[in-house]
Amino acid sequence: METVLAVVAGGLFAAAFYLMLRRSLVKLVIGLVLLSHAANLAIFTIGGLTRANAPIVALGKMQPDLPTADPLPQALILTAIVISFGVTAFAVVLLQRAYQAVGSDDLDKMNTTDT
Amino acid sequence: MNTLLVLPILIPLATATVATLSWRKPALDRWLGLLGAAALLGVSIALLWRVRAEGIQAVQVGAWPAPYGITLVADLFAAIMVLLAGLMGLSVAVYSLVSIDRGREVFGYYPLLHVLLAGVCGAFLTGDLFNLYVWFEVMLIASFVLLTLGGERAQLEGAIKYVTLNLLSSAVFLTAVAILYGVTGTLNMADLHNKLATVPAGVTTTVAMLFLITFGIKAAVFPLFFWLPASYHTPPVAVSAIFAGLLTKVGVYALIRVFTLLFLQNPAYTHTLLLWIAGLTMITGVLGAIAQHEFRRVLSFHIVSQIGYMIMGLALFGLSASTPLAAFSLAASIFYIAHHIVVKTNLFLVSGIAHQLRGSYELKDLGGLASRPALAILFLVPALSLAGLPPLSGFFAKLSLIQAAFGGRYFAIAAVALTVSLLTLYSMTKIWIEAFWKPAPSANNGQNAVRDKYHPVLLVPVSALALITLLIGLSAGPVFDLSVEAAQQLQDPRGYLTAVLGETAENQKRFEHDARASLSSPSAASVEVWPRAGDRP
Repeated sequence: METVLAVVAGGLFAAAFYLMLRRSLVKLVIGLVLLSHAANLAIFTIGGLTRANAPIVALGKMQPDLPTADPLPQALILTAIVISFGVTAFAVVLLQRAYQAVGSDDLDKMNTTDT
Repeated sequence: MNTLLVLPILIPLATATVATLSWRKPALDRWLGLLGAAALLGVSIALLWRVRAEGIQAVQVGAWPAPYGITLVADLFAAIMVLLAGLMGLSVAVYSLVSIDRGREVFGYYPLLHVLLAGVCGAFLTGDLFNLYVWFEVMLIASFVLLTLGGERAQLEGAIKYVTLNLLSSAVFLTAVAILYGVTGTLNMADLHNKLATVPAGVTTTVAMLFLITFGIKAAVFPLFFWLPASYHTPPVAVSAIFAGLLTKVGVYALIRVFTLLFLQNPAYTHTLLLWIAGLTMITGVLGAIAQHEFRRVLSFHIVSQIGYMIMGLALFGLSASTPLAAFSLAASIFYIAHHIVVKTNLFLVSGIAHQLRGSYELKDLGGLASRPALAILFLVPALSLAGLPPLSGFFAKLSLIQAAFGGRYFAIAAVALTVSLLTLYSMTKIWIEAFWKPAPSANNGQNAVRDKYHPVLLVPVSALALITLLIGLSAGPVFDLSVEAAQQLQDPRGYLTAVLGETAENQKRFEHDARASLSSPSAASVEVWPRAGDRP
């Protein structure tokens, strides 16, 4: 299972980079979305895919039923998802405003500030 | 609980919250912004005082013991950086009082400025890698909005590059954190230091490279700096100034932190690479600056070039292992960062005054500013300091770096540093001749409003920062001693580890046990972490 997910994460990274290298603004933003998904999937996979109990201590016990799954990667992913949601929302609006200001969705036309 | 460590994060956040609630009253917002920045500076001075007097301070947030909870740590290096952040925050808050237009104020300029400061201080103070990622994001989101606030075409175009590359860097950061967690089962930096010792060098070097890319993008090193000169000259000058002073330096801070605390397993590879990066960053940055003819673009490229010097100190640190020279190199780097933040922010602020007077940042439209001696002197002090003329702060920063390079017999990088500093002088001379010395262009193309006066309040932060540059230069001894102390704390992480993890023998044994377990099977180790949660209070 780890192997499959590793390949999927790698595929997502590759697709994200490919899309970000395109000239279209829309593809750029899709690339950004895929990129954050790829990173989240990587955390999930590397954190260890253990089939085990939820790490919750039942009432009256001192520790959960072993073995337990590691909850931390999911906490990390949850944080990362929330952040990437906010950032993606910002990026979409930014690209839309840029499209309005420049009148084109071609990144090669947005080079007036380049040096 | 050590509140002093939490205050540099809480004060800006509280200021931002209150200032958001009072968005209908820009006048109130302005004073809140000023008050918050002043309070941050006060707290950061107290923090540095405390750390110097009592050693490294740490606080476990939520009273979860390290390495399970999030730890905030302030060693001298972090405290110095927080102090600089407070200083820049206050300077820019004063400058903003009279230079930010009404529209930006209403749309939340002051809250954003303080969220940015909170993110920067959080990144300096955290002792947890994932928490570092979160503070980076706080800082980035605030900077995204500050950069685009106003919505001019140039701002939007610059922001696309800035946003894209910084998000890319965040994704790489997350991936690197994931791998590190998979290998060691922890994200606490002090704990990682212990556990990485048993991880195969190949793995640590790979992760180190991912962190190098992440923080390299944030710090704008060669060849990852292209977002910086494309975006830093587009927002209002107060925003440019705080970006120039603080943001890339957070990247440098993170690089120094991970390459002194975590990744010293294979310095012959990682730190040699850093040395190459340092040299190439210096050269490309300064050559880029020479090709530019716009005030802020020249300064932006100089940021890149100066980052090279800071990385150079870090590289020499790793290459000279645990000798006194290593601490000296790192101290030179820290001194350089302190000098650079003050000087660079100051130069950007001066460019804003020039803009107020001539209505342009293009050097060809500027001119005749030498007829204002006060302004001319206030430009010359930071400009000559940047180029490294004695007795200003830049001279001692460069001198100590080059001494470190000679001490380690790295003559090539010393030659590069000297050449680049000469070219920096050329570039500053270019600005001086074009903007100050040549007569003012008469027609001014008929489009730019030429004004006789600038707001005198603008001079307050500019002269204060110029004075600080002078003071750092004139009291280089004590300041350098402080940098050496900070560098020694980084070189010998025992104090840091004790502050974070406590010093019981039981702790030590448990860490070693964890490290072995995680080595044999990563997923087993991460499962195993949980039953010990009984340790919690």
